[in-house]
Amino acid sequence: MELITIIQILDSTVRLATPLLLACLAGLFSERAGIFDIGLEAKMLAAAFFSAAVAAMTGSVWLGLMAGIAASLVFALIHGIASITFRGDQLISGVALNFLASGMTVLIARDWFNEGGRTPALIDGGRFQEITLPFANALADVPVLGPIYSELLSGHTVLVYVAFLAVPATWYILFRTRFGLRLRAVGENPGAVDTAGISVVRLRYSAVLIAGLLCGLAGAYLATGLAAGFVKDMTAGRGYIALAALIFAKWRPWYAMGACLLFGLLDAIGNRYQSLELLGLPIPTQFMQALPYILTVVILAGFVGKAIPPRAGGQAYVKER
Amino acid sequence: MSLPKWADVVLIPLINLLLALFVSGLVVLLIGEDPVNAMQIMVKGAVGSTYGWGYTLFYATNFIFTGLAVAVAFHAKLFNIGGEGQAQLGSLGVALVCLALPWPHWALALPFAIVGGALFGAAWAAIPAYLQARRGSHIVITTIMFNFIASALLVYLLVGALKAPGMAPESARFPEGTFLPNARDIFALVGIKFARSPLNVSFLLGLIACFLVWLLLWRTRLGYEIRAYGHSEPAARYAGIAPFRIIMITMLISGALAGLMAVNAVMGEQQRLLQDNVLGAGFVGIAVALMGRSHPVGVLIAAVLFGALYQGGAELEFETSVPREMVLVIQALVILFTGALDNMVRGPVTGAFLHFGRRRPKIDPAE
Repeated sequence: MELITIIQILDSTVRLATPLLLACLAGLFSERAGIFDIGLEAKMLAAAFFSAAVAAMTGSVWLGLMAGIAASLVFALIHGIASITFRGDQLISGVALNFLASGMTVLIARDWFNEGGRTPALIDGGRFQEITLPFANALADVPVLGPIYSELLSGHTVLVYVAFLAVPATWYILFRTRFGLRLRAVGENPGAVDTAGISVVRLRYSAVLIAGLLCGLAGAYLATGLAAGFVKDMTAGRGYIALAALIFAKWRPWYAMGACLLFGLLDAIGNRYQSLELLGLPIPTQFMQALPYILTVVILAGFVGKAIPPRAGGQAYVKER
Repeated sequence: MSLPKWADVVLIPLINLLLALFVSGLVVLLIGEDPVNAMQIMVKGAVGSTYGWGYTLFYATNFIFTGLAVAVAFHAKLFNIGGEGQAQLGSLGVALVCLALPWPHWALALPFAIVGGALFGAAWAAIPAYLQARRGSHIVITTIMFNFIASALLVYLLVGALKAPGMAPESARFPEGTFLPNARDIFALVGIKFARSPLNVSFLLGLIACFLVWLLLWRTRLGYEIRAYGHSEPAARYAGIAPFRIIMITMLISGALAGLMAVNAVMGEQQRLLQDNVLGAGFVGIAVALMGRSHPVGVLIAAVLFGALYQGGAELEFETSVPREMVLVIQALVILFTGALDNMVRGPVTGAFLHFGRRRPKIDPAE
């Protein structure tokens, strides 16, 4: 395989991993605080639609991004109200929100644009433009390192860089700040946090809203970075893959990046090659598509290192009276 | 303070449902249609003609099976979100049975198709169940993953081994001996005119399934063990109930019920194996089980309600500018209000009962 082919595949890996990574980090914050979130898909989808819709109407991708984040935050808030304030079942709330986003986005898209559930295709100002890193063109001819720098590292939209910078930021917040310590504690033993005089409810709401913010970025990237506009159900299960990546990474930020890149790579290879052969055996594309899910089940089964979720995950906290 | 039973079983679900419908009405209003008019169209479309009833009950049959599947698992405190995948595998089982032989008569094919659907559905639930029982892997996540794997598997088979000649990724048509008697034909026998619809004998199968699930849960030792395990695992363990056995059996039954949906959808209507033959019914099952409070009678009522919602939604799209996706929104709101926001209603209702209960003059039996 030629170097340029490998670089192209890796380049599309980075692009495809970006929404997964943002959503995965969103899930990381939420689940580390003890709130299961199978509604990542919903938040991404809502953000994808509203970012594309507002970008199409105003011509400004930044206003679109704001709208996308706002929509995602609304969904996060509903999840918070249901699972923190009213101590409802977090999984059921997530399922409901996934349906709500899937229905609402198409419903509003039809009402606003009348194009069968999609937004108009976004042109120049409505999309995130690719950023050329300094000297990328000048260095393109340097052997090996040149193409890696100019093709692979340079030439992505701003949200890609944001996503990858979010990884160290997440690590820092969770493991080097007081807020992070408390957030992790509230996912393991909320009673202890409460005894220390810190509000469990407030911490959990912050975690859920951070998740909303990150999913907003993920959805906006899908509709205004990766694609040029919203189409029905465009998240296509990415929220669930992000969830899989989160388990794969055992709820740790750097590993989350690794898992998302791996799943992005599988996606990129599947997109590029219709049929693959490994050691003379043909591998169907459907197998490649199902591989992230199969790997997650294997990890969950604990055959390759056991994945243990935050201990208080999924349980509502009832303050003692 | 616990609520009286009727309030728990009837009043609260009703308030939840009304809240969901109210918010849906607001959504309809927002997209510039009249909610009252929309409601009338939906009701008329769903139950205003034999045609409407035919489709309503056809959809309801699917939802009975997937709803029972979720409900049975709920009784053991297991959240089986994999009804979608189990139903897909069930459709594969039914299709394999139907395509295996040139069946001479439907009455002969039906029992085998039932076994095929149930077996494949149960098998697809068995792996997540085993992983939950032995390795502690969260069953919600594994069943979600299995939904995706099932869909990939079905696509793989339909573009490969099972593909019929032609462009579309679908199997060959089932032999005529597997076609189930239609509601129109059955009613014609007794001289009643019933419009053409996909409603078939599987509906009766759904009713039987409701009865059998009730019998299982409340009239057998196994059902008692399942419910005991669901109420309190430590207590069940103390009473000598093996968690592994209960998890496995419950999930096998749950998967089998989901798989049986294919008898209605695939054998009863499509008469060949299609790529996506479940069409979200596995997920509707969650809403149905929640609304029906996991009781077979509740599931039956909720399934008919959702069947009407689906059929009414289709009519709504015909007659107004409200698209079919409105059904998804209503469904989402029903799940949200009955499942996740239940305490929002329960709190005030319990408060009201306490308040009015206190006013009543106290009757002291000691006096």
